[in-house]
Amino acid sequence: MADAVEQRPAAERLARIEFTDRPEGPIAAAIIAGGVGAAALGLFTTLAEASTGFKDWLQWSDRVGPLSGKTIMAVGVWLVAWAILHVALRNRPYETRRALVVSLVLIALGVLGTFPTFFQLFGE
Amino acid sequence: MSFSYREWWGLIHGMGLGALFLLAFAGGLAGLYSLRPALITPEGVVERLRRLKVGVVGMAVVAWLTVISGTWIVYPWYRAKGPTSPRSQLLASPSTKDWHEFGMEWKEHIAWISPILATVVAFIVLYYGTNLIRHDRVRRTAITLFVLAFVFAGIAGGFGAFITKVAPVK
Repeated sequence: MADAVEQRPAAERLARIEFTDRPEGPIAAAIIAGGVGAAALGLFTTLAEASTGFKDWLQWSDRVGPLSGKTIMAVGVWLVAWAILHVALRNRPYETRRALVVSLVLIALGVLGTFPTFFQLFGE
Repeated sequence: MSFSYREWWGLIHGMGLGALFLLAFAGGLAGLYSLRPALITPEGVVERLRRLKVGVVGMAVVAWLTVISGTWIVYPWYRAKGPTSPRSQLLASPSTKDWHEFGMEWKEHIAWISPILATVVAFIVLYYGTNLIRHDRVRRTAITLFVLAFVFAGIAGGFGAFITKVAPVK
């Protein structure tokens, strides 16, 4: 009863707010791309540990070391993935929850790849 | 009572931007949490949404400034060759080498996930606007990513504070 009383004014207030309908696709694209960026960072971090050649190649700045290449590459992968996913999903009603699950898995992989105890296992 | 040039940058990176980050996170989280039909009035929604946009965009901008200043300005001093750099000092003793081999190694990488996620949340808020009130699922998703961005920055910031305590950049 109390809930019904509270719900009514809320519904009335909602009716007075202006909404512009927008597809969820671009949101899903941004969420998944965020996960791709995190996973890319984890991948580059682990690969740099596993291969001295790759680590040396990532040293785009002598002052910063391989971290310069790893981070610029990860940001680049994130932005490219976002652009591609945005174009692919922009008009689609892609479910945000599904995108979040995909993204959380990718973020978890990214965290694992940047975790020293893990990536140092691959040290040459 | 003064700071060196490097110490100033350490303060800007850690304390200045760190404090702004906390402020923006608190504002953004409160804004996202309260964007619910039961807590919104048609008159208040415009002002509340404006505040939310400032909070989430502010957090994203501050997160980018923090990782860029940390990686490209402070970190080179930390890892400089020679026995006096913080990295060399930490690695010189078995009792402190884990601060570098675990703490710094994790911090310097995981910090970069934070601005990426904060930017995603800023995009969601700017793109979806008032629709966040109607679509609770999207609002909760934004909160999840926003909190994750904060957690990753917290890990990096925490290790940064501890490492600075043990071997400061001078």
